[in-house]
Amino acid sequence: MTKNIRLVLGALVGILLLRNLYVILFNLPDEMEQGPVYRIFYYHLPAFFAAILCYITALVASSMYLIKKNLRYDAIAMSATEVGLAFAAVNLITGMIWGRISWGIWWAWDARLTWALICWLVYFGYLMLRQAIDDPTERAKNSAVLSIFAFVSVAITYKAIEWWRTQHPGPVLSIRTGKQLIDPIMENMLYMNFLALATLAVLMVIIRLNQEEMQRQIDGLRRRAHAI
Amino acid sequence: MPEPVLAVDHVYKYFGDYPALHDVSFSLNGGECLALIGRNGAGKTTMLKILAGLSGAAQGEVRLFGDSPRQASARRRIGLLGHGIGVYDELTAIENLTIFAQLYGVSASVARHWLERTQLAHVANAPVREFSRGMRQRLAVARAFLHDPALLILDEPFTALDDRAIALLQGLLAEAKAAGRTIIMSTHQLREAMELATHVALIERGKLVHFGPRSAEMLADPTYVYRTFGAA
Amino acid sequence: MVFLQIAAKDLRSELRTKESLNASLSFAVVILLLFSFAFDPSSEAVAEFSGGLLWLVFAFAGALILNRSFARELPNDCLEVLIASPVSGAQLFLGKTVASFVLLLTIEVICLPIFGIFYDITWIPQALPLLGIFALGTWGMTILGTLFSALTVNLSLRELMLPMLLYPLMLPALMAAMRLTTILLAGNAIAGNDMVWLRLLIGFDIIFTALSLALVETILVR
Repeated sequence: MTKNIRLVLGALVGILLLRNLYVILFNLPDEMEQGPVYRIFYYHLPAFFAAILCYITALVASSMYLIKKNLRYDAIAMSATEVGLAFAAVNLITGMIWGRISWGIWWAWDARLTWALICWLVYFGYLMLRQAIDDPTERAKNSAVLSIFAFVSVAITYKAIEWWRTQHPGPVLSIRTGKQLIDPIMENMLYMNFLALATLAVLMVIIRLNQEEMQRQIDGLRRRAHAI
Repeated sequence: MPEPVLAVDHVYKYFGDYPALHDVSFSLNGGECLALIGRNGAGKTTMLKILAGLSGAAQGEVRLFGDSPRQASARRRIGLLGHGIGVYDELTAIENLTIFAQLYGVSASVARHWLERTQLAHVANAPVREFSRGMRQRLAVARAFLHDPALLILDEPFTALDDRAIALLQGLLAEAKAAGRTIIMSTHQLREAMELATHVALIERGKLVHFGPRSAEMLADPTYVYRTFGAA
Repeated sequence: MVFLQIAAKDLRSELRTKESLNASLSFAVVILLLFSFAFDPSSEAVAEFSGGLLWLVFAFAGALILNRSFARELPNDCLEVLIASPVSGAQLFLGKTVASFVLLLTIEVICLPIFGIFYDITWIPQALPLLGIFALGTWGMTILGTLFSALTVNLSLRELMLPMLLYPLMLPALMAAMRLTTILLAGNAIAGNDMVWLRLLIGFDIIFTALSLALVETILVR
């Protein structure tokens, strides 16, 4: 059954992404100030939101694990975090490319970009912790606690960075341009691409989840075999 | 009928998918002494850790004095002697025992009393770092007994004890048993265990394959349990 | 209060050997020295990043102290015995946090005059408010750090994992402490817009103290 779901999702994602890409490249007009390069924004911002979606999923899954103690939730938390990291990386890299082409700098200590980097490091720490613990129950328990702490911390950091940046204004990566996208065609495309990327995220989480379940079963069998 | 001191009810414990304990059930009443035997890796230490409140059972229930092992009221009445001696090397003997007396809510004079009982009074103010191995073992015993626990949980207590420490421990355990305290100890030292035990349990690969009173055959030949109830 | 007994035990142990205290203090001074080469102490710009510099030193020194917190219970299986004792996980955790807090605050109070000398910064008029900010920032660091000390105690790469996990998560507290310290060291009072940092720091401390106390038992019991 899950195989069919994956196929359907995969097809949906493929269609959406291709269609969006076509529209982005050929149908949409150029933005007033920036020219064609701004189109990268259609991936930059939706990737950001897809990552947030993944992190929220990880938070909920981690909390559910601590309450229910079912390792399934732990697998979901891990998969969601990994996929979130992937999308966050897309967000960071597209941001860097955009900045380089538009303003000539690879990195701007822009509030949003800085926060994205911090988030990335925090959740990478989650993966590092998981790698360091062998026992599955211990790993699930401890990483669930870390996941909750991580979410609270990045939530607080978001506000803190904004205040920090207002006191040290620097080059701002035109997220402002995002706010001026009143043109409904452009706004619509943002939502469309978010839909595409979010669906891709779900697909990737499901695939990763299956991998994880299989790995768990193999580990269990190995332990059983060693005991004999 | 009074409630059993210790009740283990269909307990499972997993490491991942692997069952370290599989449907273990037994109970002990006050004044009884259980010898928990089994090969290395059978699950004895896992079971004892759950009883001591160090670990949680994945399934099933454990009740100590009618409470969960994590309740402070239960833990106050447990004396634990594990693999490590559980005292601080950089502190003196009297400092160590005073700390544990405080944590268990007994008066500090008990610390001094137990130093004397374990023949460590002459090194009361020396750091544990300087102690010989036998002295460290005796201090560990003092730590486990000083709050007069109603339930003693001992994980392979006779391993690596010198003769003085063995004699001390056996004496203390016999005394505790006579005073109606409950003892559960895992051990490979079958002879010492069979002398003290009122009940015997054999764990094999996480399953409790035998639980019952200590019989005359067991006392005569400690390996009787393995041969009769064990698988291989 | 049981947690005070635990704190006293930790402090007594530490003062007996002074291992991490000495290491931490020496490390702090060495870093202050190294920073004097990276950032010109005589420049005007020092006033802008004085707080940042100081808190970086505290963060690095803090990692050494915090690592020791639960690690000191590993020899002789003392951690097991403590968890099996009637002490609740929260009391054990709080006691250790208090002990680390006292040790780290002591190091900070020693570092401040050294910093003042190396970088020619007057701090004495602001000593009391500075101590307040040090206390608030250090509490944020130690409450998170002690939790991660418990989390990483059994890991082989403990010394690396603890700072790697701690630093990004304590960033809000660190930013607030840096900002507030810079303001105070420049001779100003904390007022107006800057109050938001004080509120952030206090809020951070409260939130993470509550969260840690709630979740620490889960970490300690296997």
